[in-house]
Order: sequence, then structure tokens, then C-alpha cells
Amino acid sequence: MSTADTHLHQHIDHAHEDHDHEHDHAELPWIRKYIFSEDHKVIAKQYLISGILWAIIGGGFSIIFRLQLGFPNLDLTWLQPLLGKWIENGKLAPEFYLSLVTMHGTIMVFFVLTAGLSGTFSNFLIPLQVGARDMASGFLNMLSYWFFFLSSAVMFFSLFLETGPAGGGWTVYPPLSALPEALPGSGTGMTLWLVSMALFIISTLLGGINYITTVINLRTTGMSFFRLPLTIWAFFLTAILGLLSFPVLFSAALLLIFDRSFGTSFYLDSIYINGHALAHEGGSPILFQHLFWFLGHPEVYIVILPALGITSEIIATNSRKPIFGYKAMIGSLLAIAFLSFIVWAHHMFITGMNPFLGSIFMFLTLIIAVPSAVKAFNYIATLWRGNIIFTPAMLFSIGLVSFFISGGLTGIILGNSAADIQLHDTYFVVAHFHIVMGSASFFGMIAGVYHWFPKMFGRMMDTRLGYIHFWMTFIGVYLVFFPLHYIGIAGFPRRYYSFTNFDAFQSFTDLNMFVSTAAIITFSAQFIFVFNFVYSIFKGRRAVQNPWRSNTLEWTTPIHPEHGNWVGPIPHVYRWAYDYSKPGAAEDFIPQTVPLSETLSSNLPFETEELAEEAKHHH
Amino acid sequence: MIKLVLGIAVVLVIAILLLIFRIQTLVTVMKGEGDEKKGGLSNKINALMLLIFFLIFIVAFFWYSSIVSVNYLPHPSSEHGVRTDRMFWITMAILTFAFIVTNIFLFVFSYLYQYKEGNKALFYPENHKLEIIWTVIPAIVMASLVFYGWKEWSSITQDEPAGSEVIEVMGKQFAWQVRYPGNDGKLGVYNFKLMDATNEFGMDFNDASNYDDFVPSELHMPKGKPVVLRIRARDVIHSVFLPHFRVKMDAVPGMPTKFWFVPTKTTEEMRDQLGNPNFNYELACTEICGKGHFAMRMIVVVDEPEDYEKWKKGQKTWVANNLDYVTPLTPANLKNLLPASVQKDSTAVPQAPVAAPAPADSAAKEPEPKMHALLTK
Repeated sequence: MSTADTHLHQHIDHAHEDHDHEHDHAELPWIRKYIFSEDHKVIAKQYLISGILWAIIGGGFSIIFRLQLGFPNLDLTWLQPLLGKWIENGKLAPEFYLSLVTMHGTIMVFFVLTAGLSGTFSNFLIPLQVGARDMASGFLNMLSYWFFFLSSAVMFFSLFLETGPAGGGWTVYPPLSALPEALPGSGTGMTLWLVSMALFIISTLLGGINYITTVINLRTTGMSFFRLPLTIWAFFLTAILGLLSFPVLFSAALLLIFDRSFGTSFYLDSIYINGHALAHEGGSPILFQHLFWFLGHPEVYIVILPALGITSEIIATNSRKPIFGYKAMIGSLLAIAFLSFIVWAHHMFITGMNPFLGSIFMFLTLIIAVPSAVKAFNYIATLWRGNIIFTPAMLFSIGLVSFFISGGLTGIILGNSAADIQLHDTYFVVAHFHIVMGSASFFGMIAGVYHWFPKMFGRMMDTRLGYIHFWMTFIGVYLVFFPLHYIGIAGFPRRYYSFTNFDAFQSFTDLNMFVSTAAIITFSAQFIFVFNFVYSIFKGRRAVQNPWRSNTLEWTTPIHPEHGNWVGPIPHVYRWAYDYSKPGAAEDFIPQTVPLSETLSSNLPFETEELAEEAKHHH
Repeated sequence: MIKLVLGIAVVLVIAILLLIFRIQTLVTVMKGEGDEKKGGLSNKINALMLLIFFLIFIVAFFWYSSIVSVNYLPHPSSEHGVRTDRMFWITMAILTFAFIVTNIFLFVFSYLYQYKEGNKALFYPENHKLEIIWTVIPAIVMASLVFYGWKEWSSITQDEPAGSEVIEVMGKQFAWQVRYPGNDGKLGVYNFKLMDATNEFGMDFNDASNYDDFVPSELHMPKGKPVVLRIRARDVIHSVFLPHFRVKMDAVPGMPTKFWFVPTKTTEEMRDQLGNPNFNYELACTEICGKGHFAMRMIVVVDEPEDYEKWKKGQKTWVANNLDYVTPLTPANLKNLLPASVQKDSTAVPQAPVAAPAPADSAAKEPEPKMHALLTK
């Protein structure tokens, strides 16, 4: 590690001193530049491309099980070459249906919306937007990606096991996940799931430590916390959430490993299965749920906060207006981050947990709606009297706000323990979190790609394809997930292979068909994006240095920034990131690097004072 | 052959699309229209489409909600179900209002404030009064919803009234089983180590209360009387879900749970009301439990109280149905609990070996719900 770090620092100092860094780079072997790179920008791209690949796999799984749910009589023999014996007589095997659901959840939550989102944008934007040459430790950052890669490899491998990948739901509640007798997926598939998650947690922690350290220590001169763009605030708090909560998942997983492999009874008690009573006694399955959701709930904010940060930046830039209520936005991020740790048991109202605890958690859960509402209002107020440019990134950001509102509101019902009795574990929950956490974060991620693509690859993505992608996805997401509310209110339980066994769940077969069709179209539309992404990397129009006329620091780097980001000294920062359309200014944006002394006509009273203060110091 | 032709066709179509895309791109480059050009036609189209999307969405939302309202929440058949349904719809009305108002602002602002040449956005970084207002209003609404929910939740989860009808529900892969306490009104002691293919509940026959328990194949409940379900699971977590009664509670191995409620409509009354002579109440599982999770159905019957008593009288005890199994396990002091015919037999037949008593620690396990011990009541 020390050699690697020394190397980086030497390189950076070198670049800093004589600006002759191109020569320096020529010495880096190919493999260190593109594979085992310590450059945060390369690592970000590695995360992004891994995330896209996982999204295709995870999304593809959902299409397979949506086929089963929408068209239960469809002959799936044509999937046999891909799924082998999991297709029985032209039908999806019920165990494999559960594995698909489980893998879809795991992949989407952890690999796409945590690694793919935070991994990409925290890595890419933190050094660029705070004004640092790289992460605090490039080496740990590289390790973070490669641990994620290992974790991905293990999870990917588990898809091909004869007994199938883990199948107990992405929440892997024991005893189901602890007993191979209970479910084939709880055999080797579950072991690999746990190994993969352990590696994933290591990766997240390595990344998170870096993000936090970099934001605290490597901000450029003048970049105070209250001048940070909201993206950085969001990434920073996300990393803190991850750092505090992922270790708890790690311990939960560790105890589960012990129960599975070493005969302990942390989660197991009084079990009779397959004709024999097990020796495990005295454990509590509920303990696992507490530990799991202690991560699991912050996790949904780990997924959504970066998307909200990205959206804040994009909406402000494209409305040509300062983000409304910058400090309130920070305040609500802080409040959400804090509250996210004390609402976990709202996932457990009807587990047999003491009802008094249920009351407390209902109260805490509904408090979190307030800062969330404030964020939504502030986005809308930012649009008000703006001069809005609908780039694809902007459209996806507006889509995010719409999802955040629609999905957030239904959370108010689910957070109410009395109403949750009927709705718990029904499609209402599925609708809720797919809109507010799944689609909203996904839209944040896509918006981020469209917006920062020019900085990543020096080229522009095709705008028209972006529009088509947006409209198909935006309408598609609503058509897929909104109808699920109706199915949920009717009481349809989640994770059902089919609804034919119950008189109570006979309605809505046409709606399920509709949802599946919409899902297939929406999923297909994502390949427009994939095409646009790949095509534009090589053949996109060349980007100018600051294509969106944005204020933040990353746009002051060269079009193709090398490792070290800035040629010459790191720029200083003199103002916040949101001086858009400032009265008296010549242009409708003033980058953070422009000193107050150059904008005398547009300075606000407090800035004039600041300037005077500074002048005094100089004398 | 058809597949091959189809495959070639798909490839060709994709190739043509790519070609069109490339030509279009080159044309725009030639015309000198860059991506940086803002406020062009596409900006106007997108702004308009956001507005149109919103209008169509709202119309479709109200239209579809009204035509499928018959398939919403099934008719509530329990006392608390009526109350939670009312709460659900009141909350839903508030949410729908908030949903529409905020989305109107979102989409209408997007349309109204689209880019116009020569316009300048308003530099408007904050407004404390406004921010306080829209923090306080949701806070007040939330507070009232919390209070409302908390009142309902407390009344639903309070202890069941004395004299409630006790029924045990046990989940296993992949079926529900129910046990009634019989004449003594007490469910017999059980122990998971005593379970086998016959004695699925693990009943301990050293306990006299087990001798009159019966295990029917349907879940019967009396109308108008509080019923408490004592819920447990044998292998993995299951969850008792009675959609019509608004009842849901996890069945956890090693941690008995409970849920009490008052059924208000008999199966017959529901059949009349729905005009469906085949209607049955159902018990489903809502916690993923393995391959057969989607098929854990049990029929639930709500009877008039007198019919219910009659039905109970007609049930044979589990012991009477499994005499060969129980007789050797019956300790001498409980022989009198076996049906008369067996008592005579067992004096004639040489004494069966006394069953090994269950381990003392677990035999003492009462089917009393031990709620999660984080906070004891």
C-alpha cells in the first residue's frame, strides 16, 4: 500500500509542480491505467459499467418472473436453453421463481443502486467537485472496486449452481435461509450469497471511508462545507450511513453463517423439518430481522440520497436558478440521515414484536416524512420562474421528483402500523418501494450519467435517443408500478408464484398481464440507453469544456482530465455552487472559481462585506 | 426455418434503425445544430409532453380507480377491519390530494417556465416563511395521522377480552393446521421434540389438557365473539393472513404470537351479500416460506354462535382419532382420559412401555405468547 500511495503522491506533486504530467502518465502500464487503476475517474467508470451490466441481469430476471405472473399459462420452453432444468414442462419452477425474485432484489438494491450509483458518482464527483486531485487513498479506492468485483463474481457464479442461487427473498430471513432442507436455494446458493455480501460490505466500507475522508480533508481553498454542492453533501451523508449500518449487516450475516455451518443457534429455535427435530434451541429469528433492517432501512436512504443529490445539482443547473432553500436541503438530508437509523422496525410491525415498539416506530417513521416533503417542495420551488432547459438529465430529474412524491406518499400509509396490518407484504409494498426507492434512484443514476457523461468521456450522449429513452421509461415505470397499488389494496401477497389457489386473489388477471407487458417494453427501452452510452463513448459529439454552463468545479478541468484532474494548481473557490441568473451578472451562471472581486455588480450585501473584510486583511 | 427468418428480420430491422440514426446524426452535424443549442423545438415538445402526460395520467387514475373499485379491499368482516378500512380511505384521500397538488405544481411549473429566449430566471434562493409553512403543515398532518393510527393500533393490539375463543394456528411447509382446546378450554402443552408424522403439533400426552383437543381441517369461528389466534410455526417463518378480517401476524418458530379480533359476518351472510354461493373465507401465507408459499390455503368458516357450538360438539378429539398412537404414550394417572373402550382394553393387554418423558426444560413450555422481550409489558 505504501508504495502505491507514494507513487500517487509523487505523481501528483510532480503534476502540481511542473505541469508536465503527460510524460508522467506515459510511464503507467496499461493495466495500472485501466484495470488496477487508482484514478477515481477510472474507478467510477468501472463501477458504472459493472452497475449497467448488473442492471441488465437484475432487470432481465424481473422480466422472467413477470412473464410467469402476467401470463401464467405461457409456454416457456423457449427459455430452456438459458434456464435449463428450471423450466419444468414449459413452466418456471416455483423454487426458481423465488430465486429470481431474491436475486432481482439483491442485485438491484446492492449491486446496481448502491455500488452502481454511489460507487460511480461518489467516486467520480467527490474529488472533482471538492477540488481534490484524487481520493484520500487511491489504493483503498482501487481495493474497494476489486472487492466489489470479487463479490460480483461470487454472486454471478451462484446463479449457475444446480440447486440455484439464494431464494429466501433479498431479506434472507432465517430459518428459511438457514436450512437447506427448507429450500434448495438455501444450500450452496445461500452460502455464496453470504460470502458475496461479506465481500460487498468490505468494498462499501473501503469506499465509504475514502468518501468521508476526502470530503473532510481534501476540499480546496475556500470550499467550506456550506459552499459544497448538494451532490457532495448527499454522497458524504450516504457514506456515513453506510459506514454505520453495513457492519451491522456484516454481523447479522456472520451469525447466520455460524448458524448454518457451525451449529450455533442465534436465530434458530424449536424447528421440526423433514421428519426430524433440529438440535437448535434458544435463538430468535426476530433478532436477525432487527439486525437486517438496522442496515436495511438506512440502505434505502443509501440508495436514494445520492440520487437526490444528483437531482439537486441537475435541476438547479437546468432551471438556471439557485436550488431553493440550500440550507433547508442540507438540513433535511441531515434529518433523513439521522432518522433513517431509528425507523427500522416499521418493517416488522406484524412479526410478533411487542406492539408498544410498533407504536414508537410508527411515530418515528412518520416524522421522516417531514424532511422528505421539504425536499420535494424545494425542488418544485426551484422550477418556479426558472428558465428550464429540458436536457435528458433534467427530464430524468423531474421524473425522479415525481416518483419521490408518488412513492413517498404511500409510505405514509405503510408507516402506520394499523393500516400496515392489511398491506404488509402485499403488492402495495412492492409498488411503494419500487417507485420511491427503485425507480427514483434509478432515475437519479440515469440522470447523472446523461449529465456527467461529457466529463467522463469527453463526448456527448445523443439527445434525441435520450428523449426517447426518457419518455418510454418514465411512462413505462408508472404503467408498471402504479397498477400494483390496486393489486396490493386487494390483498395480493408478494412473492406468490401464482394466484390461482385462492378465491380471494382471482381478480386483476388482466391488470397483471398489462403490468408484465409494460415491464417488457420498459426494460427493452433501456437498451436504447445502453446503445447510446456505448455508441457515444466512441462516436458521440465532442463535448465542450462546460456544456451545461454549470458552476461546479468539475467543469473547470480539461475536457479529458488526466489523473490529478487539474493542470496546474487546484482552483480556489470563492462562492457557493448556485449563483445562477444572479441579478447584475453578465452571464446566467458564475462558476465557483470566480472571485467576488470580479463580480462587483452582482455581489449580494453579505458578499460585499466579505470582500471588504478580505481587503482589510490584505492591507 | 421460421425462427431463422425471424432472426434475420430482427437483425435487419436493427441495422436499418442504426443506419437511420447515424444518417440523422450526420445531418444534424452538417446543419451545425449542436446539442448545446437550447430552447429549440425539442425543448418545447418536452415541456408540452410533461403537461400532457400529467393530464392523461390523472384522468386515467380516476377512471381506472372508479371502474375497479369493486376489486379493492374485500368487504371487512371484523370489527377492527371496519375501523382500519375507514382510516385507510381517510389517509388515502389526504394522500391523493397531496399527490395531485404537488404533481400539478411540478408539471405545470415545468411547462410554464420552459426556456424562452431572452428570459432570465428569478434569483430566488430562499424564503424562510414559505419553508416554515411547508414544514409545519406536513408535520401537523403527520402528527394527526400518527395519533389516529396509534389509537387504532393500541386498541387492536391490547390483550384479548377474557372468555375469548382460543384457536391455535400452526404453519408448516406448506399447509396450515388448526387446533381447538376442546371442553376444558385449554390448549394442551406441546414440544417440538415430540413432533412426528402423526403428532404434527407435538402434543405432550403427559398433559391432561391435550386429551380433549381436536384438529379439524377447516378453521371455524363464531360470529360476534372475540377470537384469539395463538400462532406458531414448525419449520420456517410463515404469516397468518385473513384478508377479509384484516388480520395478519407472523408465525415464528420458537416464538408464539397471537392476534385477536371479532368476526362480524358469517360465511352465509357473505355469500348472500356478494351473491356468490361458492364464497369462502380463506387463510393465506404472507411470509416467503419456500416452494409452496403460494399454495398455503385453508378454508375459514364463520358460523352463527349456536352453529359453531354444534360444530364443536360434533368434532372427535385428536386422541380418539389416533388411539393406537396415544395409548402407549398415556401415563397411568391419565388413563381415565382415554375413551372407555380403550381403558378396558389396556387392562387386558399387557401394559405398553411408558413413553420416555419429554425433557423437563422444554416440557414446561407453555403455549403462552412471549412477545418480543425488548420491552416487557
